[in-house]
Amino acid sequence: MPKDHGIGASVKRREDVRFLTGTGVYTDDLALHGQTYAVFVRSNVANGRIVKVGVEAAHGMPGVLATFTGADFAAVGGNPAGWLINSRDGTPMREPKRPVLAHGKVRHVGDAYAAVVAETYNQAKDAAQAIADASVIEELPAVVNMAAALANPANRVHDEIPDNQCFDWGWIEDNRAAVDAAIKAAPHVTTLELVNNRLVPNAMEPRASIGEYYPGTGDYKLTTTSQNPHLTRLLIAAFVLGIPENKLTVVSPDVGGGFGSKIYHYGEEALVLAAAKQLKRPVRWTAERSESFLTDAHGRDHVTKIELACEKDGTFIAFRTETMANVGAYLSNFATVTPTFLHGTLMAGPYKVPNVYVNVKAVFTNTAPVDAYRGAGRPEATYSLERVVDKMCRELGLDPFEVRRKNFITPDMFPYTTPVALAYDIGNYQATLEKVIEMADVAGFEARRAASATKGKLRGLGLSTWIEACGIAPSNLVGILGARVGLYDAATVRVNATGNVSVMVGAHSHGQSHETVFAQIIATKFGIPESSIEIVHGDTSKIPFGMGSYGSRSLAVCGQAMANAADKVITKGKKIAAHMLESVEGEILFSDGVFTVSGTNRSKTFGEIAFSAYVPHNYPLATLEPGLEETAFYDPANFTYPAGAYLCEVEVDPETGHVAVANFCCADDFGNVMNPMVVEGQVHGGVVQGIGQALLELGVYDENGQLLTGSYMDYTMPRADDVPFVNVDHSCATPCTHNALGVKGCGEAGAIGSPPAVVNAVLDALNRGGHRIDHIDMPLTPSRVWSAMNA
Amino acid sequence: MTKVTMIVNGTTVSRETEGRTLLSAYLREGLGLTGTHVGCDTSQCGSCVVHVDGLAVKSCSVFAQDVAGAKVTTIEGMANADGSLGVIQQAFQDHHGLQCGFCTPGMVMTTAAMLAVNPRPTEAEVRHGLEGNICRCTGYHNIVKAVMAASGQSAMAAE
Amino acid sequence: MIDFDFVKPPSVADAVKALAADGAQALGGGQTLTPTMKQRLATPSVLVSLTGIAALKGVSVADGVLTVGGATPHAVVAATATAYPALASLAGGIGDPAVRNRGTIGGSLANNDPAACYPAAALGSGATVVTNARSIHADDYFQGMFTTALEAGEIITSVSFPIPQRAAYVKFNQPASRFALTAVFVAKYAGSVRVAVTGASNNGVFRWTAAETALSANFAASAISGLTVLPDDLITDLHGTARYRANLIKVLTGRAVSAA
Repeated sequence: MPKDHGIGASVKRREDVRFLTGTGVYTDDLALHGQTYAVFVRSNVANGRIVKVGVEAAHGMPGVLATFTGADFAAVGGNPAGWLINSRDGTPMREPKRPVLAHGKVRHVGDAYAAVVAETYNQAKDAAQAIADASVIEELPAVVNMAAALANPANRVHDEIPDNQCFDWGWIEDNRAAVDAAIKAAPHVTTLELVNNRLVPNAMEPRASIGEYYPGTGDYKLTTTSQNPHLTRLLIAAFVLGIPENKLTVVSPDVGGGFGSKIYHYGEEALVLAAAKQLKRPVRWTAERSESFLTDAHGRDHVTKIELACEKDGTFIAFRTETMANVGAYLSNFATVTPTFLHGTLMAGPYKVPNVYVNVKAVFTNTAPVDAYRGAGRPEATYSLERVVDKMCRELGLDPFEVRRKNFITPDMFPYTTPVALAYDIGNYQATLEKVIEMADVAGFEARRAASATKGKLRGLGLSTWIEACGIAPSNLVGILGARVGLYDAATVRVNATGNVSVMVGAHSHGQSHETVFAQIIATKFGIPESSIEIVHGDTSKIPFGMGSYGSRSLAVCGQAMANAADKVITKGKKIAAHMLESVEGEILFSDGVFTVSGTNRSKTFGEIAFSAYVPHNYPLATLEPGLEETAFYDPANFTYPAGAYLCEVEVDPETGHVAVANFCCADDFGNVMNPMVVEGQVHGGVVQGIGQALLELGVYDENGQLLTGSYMDYTMPRADDVPFVNVDHSCATPCTHNALGVKGCGEAGAIGSPPAVVNAVLDALNRGGHRIDHIDMPLTPSRVWSAMNA
Repeated sequence: MTKVTMIVNGTTVSRETEGRTLLSAYLREGLGLTGTHVGCDTSQCGSCVVHVDGLAVKSCSVFAQDVAGAKVTTIEGMANADGSLGVIQQAFQDHHGLQCGFCTPGMVMTTAAMLAVNPRPTEAEVRHGLEGNICRCTGYHNIVKAVMAASGQSAMAAE
Repeated sequence: MIDFDFVKPPSVADAVKALAADGAQALGGGQTLTPTMKQRLATPSVLVSLTGIAALKGVSVADGVLTVGGATPHAVVAATATAYPALASLAGGIGDPAVRNRGTIGGSLANNDPAACYPAAALGSGATVVTNARSIHADDYFQGMFTTALEAGEIITSVSFPIPQRAAYVKFNQPASRFALTAVFVAKYAGSVRVAVTGASNNGVFRWTAAETALSANFAASAISGLTVLPDDLITDLHGTARYRANLIKVLTGRAVSAA
C-alpha cells in the first residue's frame, strides 16, 4: 500500500480544485473598483532614434486619462542586472540603463516608448494607435547577428558601447593555458560548432500587472505575474521608482506558469504603479500574446564552438568552449549570470575531466532581452557537452555508453571539485545510466530498428547524461562572484491557537505544487493532518523576505528553511511541554504530534501545546514567551547537484525528414523525493520543453530585427500529438548531503537533459541509415533534417 | 450597444455588447466568469474553450452577438450539482493533469466535448483531440492519462 | 479591434443587401478573420455573419455530386460527407476540434489562404463554387494567394464536388499553425485524374498537371517516380525551403495515390 500522506506520498494537489472549477484567481481575473487600462506603444523597428513621441494625438480622445513617455521616467533609475560580471581583463561588464519606457532610442521591436491609460481597454488601444501614428522614429541599421555585432561596431545597440559587447568572460582564466596545451598535445580532438536556439518561454498566462495607490496612507500595491514578488519589490524600491519598500506591497496571486520569464522585473510593472499614483485609480495591463512574444525575456541563444580532447580510447583530457551569448537589447535581471556562472561552471558535466576552460562573450543585439529560461545556462552546457561527446564517439567508433562509464566521476570520489570550481557533494551517475538502459530496453533496440527499416523508417537511439547545479548559494560565495542579491530563502511557521498551522514561505508556486508538497513536509514534522496546514505565498505583506521560485530551488532552499522553522517550533513546543508537564526540556520527546516526558506516559498533544502558547495563564513569562511562531532563513552551504541519464529513441521518415519521438526514458537522481507524483509531473513537462527545443521551437529575427516567429502560427509549441508518454524513474537517489531534507530539485532537469538526447538520437538514426551527418542545429525540423540528408 | 442574451451554465443572462465584444470578454468581463482564460490572440492555445450549444468553440474567436440565444457552458458549469468535481475534473486531479492551471479550463472543456462524441478514445485519438489546446507545464503526459481515465479506461494501460 | 456593427441576416438576400454597405465584410466562422481583426489588419465597419442562414448549412448528395452549404462548419462535413470520404477526412483535419466547429467551407474558400486545405479539395475535385450570383468552376475560381474570382459582396452559397472513384488528401502539417506545410489532394475520375497542391506555392493552390497526366495513364504511386517538381515558384519560409516543398509534393502525391 503506497503512502497516502506525509513526506514521500503522492498526495493529490489541493490547488487543483480551484483551477478545475474556474475559481483560481490570476492577475487578469481581478476586477477593481474604478480600474483603468494601460496600453503600451511599442516600437515596430528594431533600432531607431525617437524623433517625436506623438502623445498629444491621444489627448482629448474618448476616455483617455493620461499618457506617459520615456521623458517622464528619465529622472528615475533603471532596471538593473542582478549579477556583476567582470571581463577577462578585469574590467566590469557594460551595463546600459534599462528604462521604464524607451527614451532617446528604441532598441528592439516591441520596446515600449509610450503608454496611455484610459477608461476602457479599447479606448486605450485606440489612443495607443493614434500615438503610434503620430510618432516619428528614425530607423537605424539593426544589430541582429552576434558575430556581425562584434565585428561591425558602426551599428550600435547602445551608443555608448562601441563593440556591442557586454563582457568577455573566462572561466577559469587560470585554466586557460593548461587547457590550450592539453588540447594541442591530445591524441584526438573533436570540434563541434553549434547553435543553442533562441526560445520564447510562453508561459500560458500572459504577463499582467495592476497598480494601485492609496492616497490616504501613501501605500502602493502591485499585483503582478511574478515568480518572486519580494525581488520585484526590491528592484522597484531600490533601483527603479524609489518607492520605500515599506510602502509597497507586491502580490503574485495565481500565476499561470513562468519558466523563468516571470522572474524578472519589467517596465510595465513600474508604469502601472506610477500611473496609479498619478490618477489615484487602479491601472491594469495584460499582455496580448503578441506582446509576450516581443517583450518577455527569451531564452538560450548561444553560438558555441566546443572542443573535446581525449585519448583514442575515449578518456577525456580537456574541454574548451567559446560561446557568444545573446543578451538582447537590455540586460534583464539574470541575463549576465545565466551564460556565465550557470553555464561555465557546469562545463565539466558528470565527468572526471582534468582540464576545462570556458570563454563567453555576451553580445547586445536589437532583439528582446535574453535571460534564464527553464534550466538557464545548464541546458546550454549540457547540450554542448553531450553533443560533442556523441560526435567524438562516432569519430572514434566508440560505444557512447562505455565512454560515459569510463569518464564518470565514481561514487567513491565525492566530494569532488571540478576544474570549473563546483564541489559536487554526492551522486551515482553509473546507477542512473544502467537504470535508463534497462528502462529503454536498449537490448531490444536492434530488433526495433529492423522493424522500422521494413517500414522504410530510420531508427536511432540518443543518450544524454546530465548534471545541474540547483539552489544557488551560499550568499557569501555568490557575493564574491558578483551576485547583487543574497540567495537564501525564508519561511515562517505560525501555529495558530486552535492547533492548525499557517506557513508563510518565500518561494512562489506557479505550477510547482507548493501548497500541497510543503504541507506534506509540515504535516510529517508535526504529526498533524495536511488539511490543517495552509501554505501562504506570493504576498510581500504576509510572507518573510524570500527569493521566489526559479532554478529548481523552492524545495532545496525554501523547503529547508520551512523545515528549520518547524524544528524551531518543536523546540519551543518542548519548552512549553516541559513547563506544562513539570519536566525539563531535555526530557521531552516529540513524535507523531505528541510531546511526552521521556520514560513516562505523561504527554500533551500538539494542539494542547498550541492552545497553551496563546492562552498563557500559567506561564513562566520571564523565561518563556507566549505564542508559537518561528521564522527561519536558510542559506545553503552549497549548490545541490541533481543528475541523471536520458535515452531517447526516434524514428525518422527519410522521405520527409519528419522525426517522431518513439520513446523517452529518464533516470534521475533528485535525492529524496517528497511527492513522487509531483516530481514525475515536473520531469514530464521539462522533457517536453526539451523535445520542443530539439525538434520544434525557434525564436528567430530577420536581418531587420523583426521577430518572424511572433505568434503560435509560426512559433511551434509542442502539442499533445507531437510527443509520447515520458517514462520516468527517480529511484537512483543519493540524498543531498548538506540539507536535512536530502533534496536536490527537479524542476529544470527534463529541459536540461533532453535536447541532446533527442538530437543524438536523430543523428544516430541518420548515420545508421548511411547518411554521414555530424550535426544539425536545433530545432531539427523536417525541412532541416531532409535538407541535411539531401545536401 | 446591443443587448445579448444567452443561457450560461443554465442561467439566462443579458449584457450590453459592442459589435467587437468577444464571447470570452462577455463571459469574463460581463459575467465575471473568469475561469475562461485568454492565452493567445490567434485562436491557437485553447485556454478559452467553452461549449456553445454543446460544441467546443474558442470563445476568443467568436463574437458575443453571433451566439446570442445560445446555451453556453463554461468551466464554472462543470462541477456536479452538489459542488463536487465532475468525472473529468476528478480525473485531472487524480492523475495530476494540471500544474499552473491556466490551460486547464480549456483542457477540461475540450475533453468533455471529445468524450461526448467518442466515449472511449484511443491514446492517439486523445492526443489528436487535444491538438488545439496548448499546455506548457505537463508535457501532456498526465493530461492524456486523465482523459483516458475519465473515459473509464485504465490510465496504466495507456502507458 | 476597431468596433463595427454586427448583423446576422436570416437569408442570403438579406445578407447580400447588408454586404452592399460601405466597409461591410462577410463573416463565416471567424477563425481566421477574428484574429486578423484583432491585429487591425481587417477593419470592417459592418460585419455580416452568415451563420444564421439555415439555407447555407448542410451536406447533400445527388447525381454523383456532393454539395456542401457555404456556411457548413468543417466538423459537420467531417461527420456527414460520408459519400466522399476523402473530403470528410480533409475537413476532419483542418485546425483543431474547436476550430472545426466554427470554421466554414465558404469562409475558407473565400479567404483562399495559400496553405488552407479546402482549396486543394475544391481544385482537386474540379468542384463548382456556387454564389448568390453565379457558378464558378474551381479552375477559374482560384486566382492566386488570397485572391479569388469572387466579386465584392458575393457570397458562397454552396460548393458542389463531383464524387470521384478514388481520392485521398495527404497533408504534411506546418507544425505551428497546423495549416498545410504542403498537402496534396488526388482524385481519380472516370478517364481523368486531378492532383491539387496546397501550402507550397507563392501563387496559392495549383494543379500538378504532369502528375495528372501520368496518373491518368496509370493510377499508381510508381507512375510519378520519374517526375520532377521544380522549386522555382515554391515557398521558402521558416518551416521549409522551396526544395523541400518540391520534395514533399512528390512524396505526398505518391502517398495520396496509395491511400486513395
